[in-house]
Amino acid sequence: MIRAHVLVCGGTGCTSSNSPAIAEAMEKELAAKGLADEIKVVRTGCFGLCALGPVMIVYPDGTFYSKVTVGDVPEIVEEHLLKGRPVTRLVYDEAADKDTHGVTSLSDTAFYKKQMRLALRNCGVINPEVIDEYIALDGYMALGKVLTEMKPVDVIQLMKDSGLRGRGGAGFPTGTKWDFAAKSVSDKKYVVCNADEGDPGAFMDRSILEGDPHAVIEAMAIAGYAIGADEGYIYVRAEYPIAIKRLEIAIAQAREYGLLGKDIFSTGFNFDIQLRFGAGAFVCGEETALLTSIEGKRGEPRPRPPFPAVKGLFGQPTIINNVETLANIPQIILKGAKWFNSIGTEKSKGTKVFALGGKITNTGLVEIPMGTTLREIIYDIGGGIPNGKKFKAAQTGGPSGGCIPASHLDTPIDYDSLISIGSMMGSGGLIVMDEDNCMVDIAKFFLEFTVDESCGKCTPCRIGTRKMLEILEKITSGNGEDGDIEKLEELAYSIKASALCGLGQTAPNPVLSTLRYFRDEYEAHVYEKRCPAGQCKALARITIDPEKCKGCTLCAKICPVGAISGTVKNPHVIDQSKCIKCGACMEKCKFGAISKA
Amino acid sequence: MKSLQELAAIREKMKDKVSLREGVNDIRVVVGMATCGISAGARPVLNTLVEEVAKEGLSGAVTVTQTGCIGICQFEPVVEVFQGGKEKITYVKMTPVKAKRVVAEHLKGGKPVEEYTIGNVKA
Ligand SMILES: Cc1cc2nc3c(=O)[nH]c(=O)nc-3n(C[C@H](O)[C@H](O)[C@H](O)COP(=O)(O)O)c2cc1C
Ligand code: SF4
Ligand code: SF4
Ligand code: SF4
Ligand code: FES
Ligand code: FES
Repeated sequence: MIRAHVLVCGGTGCTSSNSPAIAEAMEKELAAKGLADEIKVVRTGCFGLCALGPVMIVYPDGTFYSKVTVGDVPEIVEEHLLKGRPVTRLVYDEAADKDTHGVTSLSDTAFYKKQMRLALRNCGVINPEVIDEYIALDGYMALGKVLTEMKPVDVIQLMKDSGLRGRGGAGFPTGTKWDFAAKSVSDKKYVVCNADEGDPGAFMDRSILEGDPHAVIEAMAIAGYAIGADEGYIYVRAEYPIAIKRLEIAIAQAREYGLLGKDIFSTGFNFDIQLRFGAGAFVCGEETALLTSIEGKRGEPRPRPPFPAVKGLFGQPTIINNVETLANIPQIILKGAKWFNSIGTEKSKGTKVFALGGKITNTGLVEIPMGTTLREIIYDIGGGIPNGKKFKAAQTGGPSGGCIPASHLDTPIDYDSLISIGSMMGSGGLIVMDEDNCMVDIAKFFLEFTVDESCGKCTPCRIGTRKMLEILEKITSGNGEDGDIEKLEELAYSIKASALCGLGQTAPNPVLSTLRYFRDEYEAHVYEKRCPAGQCKALARITIDPEKCKGCTLCAKICPVGAISGTVKNPHVIDQSKCIKCGACMEKCKFGAISKA
Repeated sequence: MKSLQELAAIREKMKDKVSLREGVNDIRVVVGMATCGISAGARPVLNTLVEEVAKEGLSGAVTVTQTGCIGICQFEPVVEVFQGGKEKITYVKMTPVKAKRVVAEHLKGGKPVEEYTIGNVKA
């Protein structure tokens, strides 16, 4: 009989703050106390409270511990699990937040007020597993209207007038894309939904599929009617089991109601949808690779033209749209193009959903009208940077995008202004960085991702990005040389110009944009062998402040490589050539005399 | 679905249940059950709510249901209470123990448990 569960966060944030060791220690301690059969340790996904990590929750009572260390484990087991008394000093203090004190509804928080939920309108409102709830909020009315009152050309004109642009990254006008496919002559056409969502940190599409799967299904049927297709595919990554389950339920319910299948609304229109699962290769989100993968072949991009609208799935005209793009469509049909294009900026209409993460107080999913500034997102909605740190940059567009420095905080977010400042909208990941983030290291992180995910089909991407990564590794390990920065730039531009698909063409962007705004950081690494943010371990310098040092000798005793010398009561010094930057001495010094720069 | 009228009929029948307009006395309790809600422990909260509502004999007037992402991951598990004509109440960082109190004091007693609401719990 299991009487309690100990949930230890195994998310990325907590893992890096040592949660695996805590989970292990917990299991050992429970075994030692003979509690292994009664209490189960569960490693969970991110709780979204990474700043408080490593976090742990004990059920059934739901006690929430934050900033747990391995040393706390025996006490938690002894006091809480054995004697039933939570360790109060570790319990997260749920004291009232001054700003929102007394607020009892999410709708009244700043986090919510500045948002505008269109694509997410049903998420958090309806039960996604009950089709009737979707119908209650006008679900499938748009499909009904389109089939009974509109001609396909009218639907396409409405989409064009609305100004909706693709939310999958490139921002291509949806109506125009549909028009191409409608004009391609063929008796077989397809509608494909791109639910591959490969950007690290992004989960907008997953949330829509989990919270409002029928909106996507309804939109696909509308698209099918507009272009003359009777079959649709949703390509969803296999790592999204909850989204898949809800899609399966939704499709079955829609079929049962005759909203998918033959002769929908007795109009003679037929449409049905199948699911296909992606194995998690980033390149399979690229449209031509995705189509190849649905056909059962290896997911590699192919040159365009021909575009999918002319020659797509199984060689037939195909439109491919992103989940969030589709989720907007039923409401555009019902409320009209004018309503939609009154929201947003001149060339970017409607809203965009962002997954807000990184060094920000409120992490989560936010939907804002286009044209909202980055400052509003970060400070008003996101609640600012925690721990009193300074904002340094925000990264949008994931591995294909770039960073936006503080000087551009007031840029209105839309497709074109983001490109003009060297970033891009991308699919909606928004990662905030503070003064502790090293921008060279950030660029390296994204490049590592693209090097891993390059499919290898073309040389500039396969070899070029690897060369760039090697140079970044050289720079961050303190071996940068004069000319490295220039070589990086040269490589970046030639890869952008010659790679076959979007992955390679955009892979250098994180490097180029960090170079554009933080070139001095690169230069400090190369010429001064210094990491201004103190992140690059190889470049860190640990020094002792002779003013503060009391000569207690503790640090010299703890240093594993004997790098510290000095006599009792006299200031100690660190031999930089011996120091391996382990940081052990810093933790030991009671006088705060040792610091890292 | 044979006709638009058929669809409209379902909509009318369901509308009051989902959107709880003014004058409708029913209570609708939704639990955020997206990936992050579930991993934060939303399932035991939902189960407790369902059990307690049944135990208190409130099943006629109170619907407990799941929903998708509410958008505030660091506050999960999130439970929202909708009641016709009243402001929505957002409970955050819910646990089964807290859920029991919400059923007893708010759903049954009519008084929201303020200390569990969003403005009174730190992120
Ligand atoms: C490497 C790469 C990865 C991509 N990944 C995705 C993805 O995960 N989801 C997505 O919707 N679009 C992705 N795209 C964009 C698609 O190729 C395509 O433009 C998009 O699905 C079109 O839909 P939209 O017009 O509705 O945005 C990716 C593109 C590239 C080059
Ligand atoms: S650019 Fe990269 S991912 Fe795209 S086809 Fe070439 S090797 Fe493959
Ligand atoms: S950082 Fe580590 S290696 Fe360097 S001086 Fe301190 S204890 Fe020694
Ligand atoms: S531990 Fe601190 S005070 Fe003691 S010798 Fe080292 S630097 Fe000086
Ligand atoms: S990784 Fe643990 S709360 Fe995010
Ligand atoms: S996934 Fe956490 S609130 Fe949406």
